[in-house]
Amino acid sequence: MSVSIQHEDFDAGAVMAELRATSNNVGAMVSFVGLVRDLSYDDKVENIFVEHYPGMSEKALNKIIAEAKQRWELLAVKVIHRVGKLGANDQIVLVATASSHRGNAFSSCEFIIDYLKTDAPFWKKEVKNQGGEWVVTKDSDVKRMERWGRSSAQ
Amino acid sequence: MQIKILYFGRPSENLKLSDETVNVPAGVATLGELLAWLRLRGDIWAQELTEARVRCAINQEFSAWSAQIGDKDEIALFSPISGG
Repeated sequence: MSVSIQHEDFDAGAVMAELRATSNNVGAMVSFVGLVRDLSYDDKVENIFVEHYPGMSEKALNKIIAEAKQRWELLAVKVIHRVGKLGANDQIVLVATASSHRGNAFSSCEFIIDYLKTDAPFWKKEVKNQGGEWVVTKDSDVKRMERWGRSSAQ
Repeated sequence: MQIKILYFGRPSENLKLSDETVNVPAGVATLGELLAWLRLRGDIWAQELTEARVRCAINQEFSAWSAQIGDKDEIALFSPISGG
């Protein structure tokens, strides 16, 4: 499965080994790992909570991967997104791409994470001792998406 | 027309509801009209479910407020997404 939505942490090295094993034609692999930043500048934030839309989130990620495969020659792709309670420095998302040549692996990896930010139904909440704040889509993320000649579907 | 509505993110928390099945009255044919009908419940519903604050999907595809809804559709209402 090229998409996994899970509570558990992941091992990026193990994922890269899996991609490497898919074909002897793999000449380049690129991985992006997104982490939870330290939120202690606002000492009320205790942790973050990630929610998703089961069913649609898997579908949306598969659609993003399919579009990447149309744009670039790719041999393997893996996307992992964690859900549930996460703290500072925790890994939250992994995008890994494998191709014969580095150009395709670099570009597709960046495309997938940019597209995920604006088109995959996940929500982050900054949990505070009294309630908390739901994070909303950032304008800067929409702009990064638009560089690829697409607009956000939401 | 009977539809299922799922709530995610801020609306789910503020409305204290993750899903419900509703019978929609005649005259409610689009997502925008559905949202306006839900706002008639007043209070937190009227505050929370505005087109500016909420995004939506029909049968697991992001949709515009002008999109038509149909019997047995799965509608989702949520705050703007923030994954990754």
